[in-house]
Amino acid sequence: MNQPMDHSTKISLRNLNFYYGKTLALKNINLEIPERQVTAFIGPSGCGKSTLLRTMNRMYDLYPGQRAEGEILLDGDNILEKGTDLNKLRARVGMVFQKPTPFPMSIYDNIAFGIKLYESMKRSAMDERVEWALKKAALWNEVKDKLNQSGYSLSGGQQQRLCIARGIAVKPDVLLLDEPASALDPISTARIEELVHELKTDYTIAIVTHNMQQAARVSDFTAYMYLGEMIEFGKTDLVFTNPKQKATEDYITGKFG
Amino acid sequence: MISLNARRQFANKFNLLASLVTMIVGLAALGWILWTLVAYGLHGVSLDMFTKMTPPPGSSGGLLNAIVGSLLMTLVATLVGTPIGILAGTYLAEFGQRGWLAPSTRFINDILLSAPSIVIGLFVYEVYVISTGHFSGWAGSFALSLIVIPVVVRTTENMLKLVPDSLREAAAALGSPQWKIVSMITWRASKAGMLTGVLLAVARISGETAPLLFTALNNQFWSTNMNAPMANLPVVIFQMAMSPYDDWHNLAWAGALLITFAVLGLSVTARILFRQQSSSH
Repeated sequence: MNQPMDHSTKISLRNLNFYYGKTLALKNINLEIPERQVTAFIGPSGCGKSTLLRTMNRMYDLYPGQRAEGEILLDGDNILEKGTDLNKLRARVGMVFQKPTPFPMSIYDNIAFGIKLYESMKRSAMDERVEWALKKAALWNEVKDKLNQSGYSLSGGQQQRLCIARGIAVKPDVLLLDEPASALDPISTARIEELVHELKTDYTIAIVTHNMQQAARVSDFTAYMYLGEMIEFGKTDLVFTNPKQKATEDYITGKFG
Repeated sequence: MISLNARRQFANKFNLLASLVTMIVGLAALGWILWTLVAYGLHGVSLDMFTKMTPPPGSSGGLLNAIVGSLLMTLVATLVGTPIGILAGTYLAEFGQRGWLAPSTRFINDILLSAPSIVIGLFVYEVYVISTGHFSGWAGSFALSLIVIPVVVRTTENMLKLVPDSLREAAAALGSPQWKIVSMITWRASKAGMLTGVLLAVARISGETAPLLFTALNNQFWSTNMNAPMANLPVVIFQMAMSPYDDWHNLAWAGALLITFAVLGLSVTARILFRQQSSSH
């Protein structure tokens, strides 16, 4: 049931349990995330969808008391294993958060920061890479004349696209988007959604969203979660038009949640 | 029976009035101190103050040696105390989530922060002055730096804790090692606040008398030799104010005025810097 047949798998979760201290937040999750597709995670607040996302780049490792059990295979390698280089992992698996988080530096330096961590290049090559990332995030035309201004001078929607550009600039394989549009107005949201659509030709994308229409619009696959369990996973068309589980149907038709 | 609404109205007005009154009392005390200082101190301010040495009783003179001594020792203490304080504060805020080291360091730092400064003076007297056999500018700087450190540790930690975790997560999500997150992101985000902390520490030590009494002592003459007893404003003010001579009293008032306005100027500068920083973000 949890196997999309016609795509190769990028990340596969096996018997994944997650604990906040002693609280079990994810219960035995099994899932195959297909390569170069958009996978959406939906479900009511507190169902564990953001927690699940944060296991895939081991973001939870920043905090004491949080731990994951089971396996998360990224291209076949278990990233939960001890000795995994977390910095290298996170350079491969990028993440964009709910609230825009520009760094306290110029727009240019915001993009260059991540690149400089793993690559050394000449100024001209860096200029090109920054331009490439900003174009990819559909922000170039708005900021090309003020690259030296602070990232905080941008609007909320622009800041969020800056964060996406920053994530793309390091050329990861996977992009994790944690409700990237929930703090934005409808026009900015539409732009982010278009962007997600374009980015999937190059990246595997996992997106958490509260907005079911958004999940239906942007994703190829949808996972419905409830109380830390994976209730249903399948092609977005099927999950939304013909859900197998009653619980999923209740949620997406608005009877519940 | 008064209605609930009337009772709330009354409570609101009463508390507003009470806080207004306490504010006026506090400000009035400050205003009074400043006024007295200016009224008595302005009298003694002259060009001589900045060009002549501290005088023997009964003759006129200035405070030049004390001003220079204070500046020197404050400078050295700040240069020594600031890096230690910033690094320790950074450890507490950024690296100390796990284990026992950070909580105990924080506890000891709090004790040091509230320790009477005369105790610090006596400590340096015991470990440094006695072993070298004489009072010195180095000993004074050492004592002052021990006052700088806990202030800077505390403000650095507090300012770094104000940086939202989302910013750290965002940097970590790019694959940034922790030392780079700290040096490139969180220090940058809180540099105005950290600078304010350093300036606060400078303001604090520039008026400290007790730790210098047992360490730098005083010097009637011009000296920039850090290995010898060194003149400094607080101790000079103390000795002159205790003397029976009117000339000395005037000079003491002028010195007090000088310290106060130097510190005031420093605080105002810090505020302006802080405002510029926060508006540019």
